[in-house]
Amino acid sequence: MANAHETETPVSITTARADDPHMQPLAQNPARVEAFIAILFVLGLICFGLFGYAYWVIAKPWTLGATIGSGLFLIGVGMVAWGKYLMPRGPFVEERHALASTAAERDAMSDALQNRGARLIGRRKALGGLLGGGLGVFGIVAAFPLLRSLGPLPKGTLFHTDWRKGSYLVDQSGRRVHQDDLLVGSIATVYPEGFEDTDNGQAVDQVVVIRISTTDVVTRKGRETWAPKGYVAYSKLCTHLGCPVGLYEQQMQTLVCPCHQSMFTVNDGAQQIFGPAPRPLPQLPLYIDAEGYLRSQSDFAEPVGPGFWERG
Amino acid sequence: MAMTKRKQKAALGPYGKLGQTINELDERLGIAKGGRTFMDKIFPDHWSFMLGEIALYSFVVLLATGIFLTLYFVPSGEMVTYKGAFAPLFGTKVSAAYASSVDLSLFVRGGLLMRQMHHWACDIFVGSIVVHMMRVFFTGAFRKPRETNWLVGVNLMILAITNGFLGYSLPDDLVSGTGLRIAYSIMESVPVVGTYLAFFVFGGNFPGTAWVPRFFVLHVLLIPLIILGLLGGHLALLVRQKHTQFPGPGRTERNVVGSPMFPVFIFKTTGFLFIVAGVTALLGAFTQINPIWQFGQYEAARISYAVQPDWYMGFLDGFLRIMPSWEFVAFGHTIPLEVTIPAVIFPGILFNIIMVWPMLERKFTKDNDMHHLLERPRDNATRTAIGASVFALVFMMFIASSTDVIANYLHTTLNSVLVAMRVLVVIAPFVTYPIAKRICIEMQNWEKAGARKTVNLVTRTADGEYLSAAAPEADDTHHESEAIAVPTFLVEAASTSASTGVRTVER
Repeated sequence: MANAHETETPVSITTARADDPHMQPLAQNPARVEAFIAILFVLGLICFGLFGYAYWVIAKPWTLGATIGSGLFLIGVGMVAWGKYLMPRGPFVEERHALASTAAERDAMSDALQNRGARLIGRRKALGGLLGGGLGVFGIVAAFPLLRSLGPLPKGTLFHTDWRKGSYLVDQSGRRVHQDDLLVGSIATVYPEGFEDTDNGQAVDQVVVIRISTTDVVTRKGRETWAPKGYVAYSKLCTHLGCPVGLYEQQMQTLVCPCHQSMFTVNDGAQQIFGPAPRPLPQLPLYIDAEGYLRSQSDFAEPVGPGFWERG
Repeated sequence: MAMTKRKQKAALGPYGKLGQTINELDERLGIAKGGRTFMDKIFPDHWSFMLGEIALYSFVVLLATGIFLTLYFVPSGEMVTYKGAFAPLFGTKVSAAYASSVDLSLFVRGGLLMRQMHHWACDIFVGSIVVHMMRVFFTGAFRKPRETNWLVGVNLMILAITNGFLGYSLPDDLVSGTGLRIAYSIMESVPVVGTYLAFFVFGGNFPGTAWVPRFFVLHVLLIPLIILGLLGGHLALLVRQKHTQFPGPGRTERNVVGSPMFPVFIFKTTGFLFIVAGVTALLGAFTQINPIWQFGQYEAARISYAVQPDWYMGFLDGFLRIMPSWEFVAFGHTIPLEVTIPAVIFPGILFNIIMVWPMLERKFTKDNDMHHLLERPRDNATRTAIGASVFALVFMMFIASSTDVIANYLHTTLNSVLVAMRVLVVIAPFVTYPIAKRICIEMQNWEKAGARKTVNLVTRTADGEYLSAAAPEADDTHHESEAIAVPTFLVEAASTSASTGVRTVER
């Protein structure tokens, strides 16, 4: 049993004389530092008192922060100064003991794991297999609710919006947009009628309609009828990351996304001319009905917003 | 009576009631040996060891202010008609989350201070973690045996960034909502599972209302719990493996030199906790941050100019801005590489390389030794140069997150700023590497620069003979005395006993 003591780390009990240089404060003039710290503590105390006054009487946010912040700061500086200048300056040393155990102890652990594992668990292979299989299946099925219950499947929802054949263009308050509402060079954000108040209507269906001079419109093949009287309508969702393309530069006839500065031509099918957006903004085909209201010919021809795997 | 009192006192032993309490506790918990060893624990002194403390204490501030905020915040995305006291919003439709955030800022006494302190503490938290990590990297503190703690630390940083993002999204204001929209699109950009990922996280198409309670429970419970656990592990490993220290007189691989836990370090570090909390409170008092009542409720079709995320998201935003539009379309599938590369692949690679760096370095240098003495950044020129060039790359991306602001400021076109940033991001690491390496090598040769030259004293004897001799060294430099073990017992100065030696007792 004598060996048992050798493996224990001895704890050193040391003494030092009070006048040992290690035990002296770092400050050359401790009395002065002490006075300085005392002033800090008194000021801190006053600040805390003022915080009470600020809370009950003044109640302005900045007075609360100023008083409690100054108080904490002063007390903190005082404590650091006390620790640094008035406490034993040292230096003190501590031995670093090896982290590793002895080779025999390591072998004992490996042996215990291996032997007990092989002998006590390993010999009942069938039981072990059943247990492993059961826990494995549990792990898989336990993940189901976590995965599946969290939300609906995307299915086709990313491919369609609420725009239909004949949808009226309405503003956020539900007012229909008439052909005389916008002057040349004006812009409005519109939604399909009936969806201006819905989550999806706001986030997915949002469209910018801009009236430009009819002579400016560059007509692309298949889009001859899409921009009656110079009214062009584009999905407001940036094809980069889905921010609303909210900046209209009238002089340059461009739409700019404020998030990452993608730019799109207004007169030419919202072609991307600058920035990271990969595709033009999808255009909403418009027509003007007999009463002069703007309506959509159909849904967008392609999914709106940023790219995703199934987009194709 | 006086006699009996003195007798009672004597019966308690030399340490009185305190000693009795310690005895009682030690009999049951066995605290005396470990407790005293812990009180004697040595903390090396260097300013850079304080960076991790800033992170720790700003986390304390985050917890304290965060608990206050949960008392008033309503984690619900339901739209309600605002009936509160903030006149500009009265009668408008806002989410319960936004309404409660505005009300707690403007009408709860101390609420605005708490919210601003919380936001500032978060920015400081992530910032100090990054700077702390750079300190550990450039001084080689992550080397064997501390690879595990490096791993824990990198994961803490990732969790801190994640929780910061979740937290500033919660008020459901216009700026953070735009950030959420971007986060949603980034999830969508992941190949194969992207749309499912986005739908499951948000409970459907963007934005919905399910995300508010989900993000809330992640932000206030799950992630803080994981951070607390990892933080405990981080500190426990630090105590177990003891601190690293810079080389110096008396400092070896076998010891730690510095000041003891009790009472020196505990005073300094508690004081520092108060300083961190105090500075955060002063920032919260005088420096406005995230005034959500000015931004307004998030509406998917609204946006404002010069929107930027919190600083720690800057490098991602910058990379997204300067990335060319390389959408990849083939076989009926789309991979929006202009999003996937900067926002998924790049941070994935970056954080993974940072995580496995200790193992990588060990493999390349074949250095399998234990290291408790730190290196100066100049000592290991290659590592420092690699770290500096990665920093340059990420920093340039960070700068690129304000291309629009820079273009405005310099009165130049956005296009030229964008092209310039693309060039800078690509060349910055390659320019930084050789420069950093050269500086390190030059500095290695400066080791003796600034050292005092020997003074020669020339004297003339009466005979007219000149004698030259080295002058005695001036005694105005600080000589650190040899380090001693922390003394357990202090004896009176007057005592003449010679018991200053070390006595070892078996326990």
